[in-house]
Amino acid sequence: MADFTAPAYRVIPIVPALKPGAMEGKGPFVANDKIQEALGFPGALPEDWHDRAIAKMGELLGKYRSLKVFMDACVHCGACSDKCHYFIGTQDPKNMPVARQDLLRSVYRRYFTLPGKLFPKLVGARDLTREVLDEWHNYFHQCSECRRCSVFCPYGIDTAEVTMAAREILDSVGYGQKYDNEIIGKVHKIGNNLGLPGPALIDTMEGLEEDVKEDTGIDVRFPIDVKGAEVLLITPSADFFAEPHIDSLIGYAKVFHATGTSWTLSSMSSEAANFGMFIGNYEQLRKIALRIREAALELGVKRIVVGECGHAWRVAYSFWNTLSGVGSGADETDRFAQMLQKQLDHRYRQPTHICEFTWGMIQQGALSFNKEANDKHIITFHDSCNVARGSSMGGYPGGQFDIPRNVIKAVANNFVEMDPSTTHERTFCCGGGGGLLTDDLMDLRVKGALPRMEVLQQAVDQQGVNFLAVICAICKTQFSKTMPIYGFDRKMVGGVHQLVSNAIVLGDK
Amino acid sequence: MNALFAVLFYLATLLFVVGVLHRIRTYAATPSPLKIPTTPAPTTTGGVVLRMTREVVFFESLFKANLWTWGLGWLFHASMALVLLRHLRYFIEPVWGWVVFIQPFGMYAGLTMLLGLCGLWARRLFVERIRYISTPSDHLMLVLLIVIALSGLTMQFVAHTDVIAVKGFFQGLMHFSIQPLPTDFILVLHLLLVAGLMAIFPISKLLHAPGVFFSPTRNQKDDPREKRHISAWAKQLESEN
Repeated sequence: MADFTAPAYRVIPIVPALKPGAMEGKGPFVANDKIQEALGFPGALPEDWHDRAIAKMGELLGKYRSLKVFMDACVHCGACSDKCHYFIGTQDPKNMPVARQDLLRSVYRRYFTLPGKLFPKLVGARDLTREVLDEWHNYFHQCSECRRCSVFCPYGIDTAEVTMAAREILDSVGYGQKYDNEIIGKVHKIGNNLGLPGPALIDTMEGLEEDVKEDTGIDVRFPIDVKGAEVLLITPSADFFAEPHIDSLIGYAKVFHATGTSWTLSSMSSEAANFGMFIGNYEQLRKIALRIREAALELGVKRIVVGECGHAWRVAYSFWNTLSGVGSGADETDRFAQMLQKQLDHRYRQPTHICEFTWGMIQQGALSFNKEANDKHIITFHDSCNVARGSSMGGYPGGQFDIPRNVIKAVANNFVEMDPSTTHERTFCCGGGGGLLTDDLMDLRVKGALPRMEVLQQAVDQQGVNFLAVICAICKTQFSKTMPIYGFDRKMVGGVHQLVSNAIVLGDK
Repeated sequence: MNALFAVLFYLATLLFVVGVLHRIRTYAATPSPLKIPTTPAPTTTGGVVLRMTREVVFFESLFKANLWTWGLGWLFHASMALVLLRHLRYFIEPVWGWVVFIQPFGMYAGLTMLLGLCGLWARRLFVERIRYISTPSDHLMLVLLIVIALSGLTMQFVAHTDVIAVKGFFQGLMHFSIQPLPTDFILVLHLLLVAGLMAIFPISKLLHAPGVFFSPTRNQKDDPREKRHISAWAKQLESEN
């Protein structure tokens, strides 16, 4: 860890200067042929990679209106140019959202537009060369698909969509990213991103039951593969053993216990994360999501609840209904979706976020808390990017901001906000999202954390904050790893349900 | 000369209309397989209409992003809208009351339009980040609009042209008869550039105008849990199982 140093906090007012080439060659490891082929992608760059890449781009332009419109609509106004945390942290101009998009757009213009075919120099169009392809691999793996740029774009251009398309093209010519594709392979083979097999998972859950019993004297259960349970909990696999994630898992279990909700995990589908989104591949996205459908059908559950995870919640909230039918409101004739939707209880939102679940129970008076248990904490909340800008909660716009905060305020006395220009829809990514949470991108991750760390430092100095609550497994891991580099205690980071766990009063139902 | 300009304007109009319609059709025909509104987003159609209206009329997102770009951009676009409406008088007879009413405003809007354009160009030239992302065509587009505005203003405030004859020419075009057009250099320049602008509209970044209405991050309802959203090609994958 000593190899990485935190960039200095910036002096306000901020005029970002450019350092061209600062992050050239700082991209991630390339996936080897085994990893690639396991997902049905070519193992290495084929001879005709150029034509294949262009053909793939054409295919995607016909399949995704977002990509098609976003390639045409940009006017280079620069609204997004100072909004990306990776640009702020690295000052590499190619990390400006518009410049990142232009890496792809320049090729789009050359091959798919008349002016680009006739006058490439005039409109900034360029041939797809090996250098351009390398540049794509480098810079499209320096985007965390956090959508912050899309908030500020007058046409709603979302660089995440462009990044996904670029990664999809790269995969299609055998030039994938090691971390993402290796993990997707593990999900298919073992059932979760961490490669934790079923028996190990059962062991871990038994261990947790003993720990909680020791702590509280109460038999809180961590059931797995229980047919006929009411709730299926789908949570990021980091929750099963990583710190501080596991404390939130204990929190969920306590909430289920205290409310008398029968629930279960699934050993076959023990992962909320869906890295298919990171690589922009619909088939992978769908295939991974279908595991949850299968588990729900097999276990016969009535509700599906999702644990603390940012992009997983985006996929669950925004995409599951589309991908796998986990949701409501499918047509009567839609047999694929109806098969599952007939089984689910539509008095509840499907799927439900764990914060929605807990908040709902708090509102019904089904939970009681000893708030003083959290008095040692002065808490602030970091809105995770994909929850903030790619999903919602509570069925109304902005519920994704209110509900986690409501839960925190219900279980703790000291809650403060960070600088409002960096929370809610304007929140910064932690610096590790979008499939970049890998050691080979550590330099990028540390730099990408800069804007959040600056504001956290402010909150620490001015309001005495000593606990950063989050609802994302990637945020938890990324912050635990990068915060010490910025001089913070790694134990400052924790989940919202860790706070719930501290304060909840358990009867012995 | 008259015939040349007549052909030019027919051609430019044809390129503009067919090009933009073709583009719109392409956008409309391209599916959106996933729900991707930038949240928080409205959950109802009425809400989406409001969001889009705020975006198109007030440039809401740009306002959040950068006050200078917003101010200059909005000044330019609002002024241009007035200027375009003012030009309606060349195409209708008798001129509608409200078009008569806005004539003086439209005149000064020409000045504020120029001001906005110059401000935007200054930003492109002098802000390092914006200069970095600018292509030659970005600069040229601004130059084109600036020269159009300047030539128009010159005819308004310095060297008048025979506007009655200009109107006669365009009224003629609308009825497929070629009428004489004044030959002042400034007018010729103004009209040539406008025709050029119309012709390149459907193949340039000016597509942001129709594009914004098709932007899924802005025009989608945020109701993915309540209603299953599925595109035809994605549905296909289900039947293959």
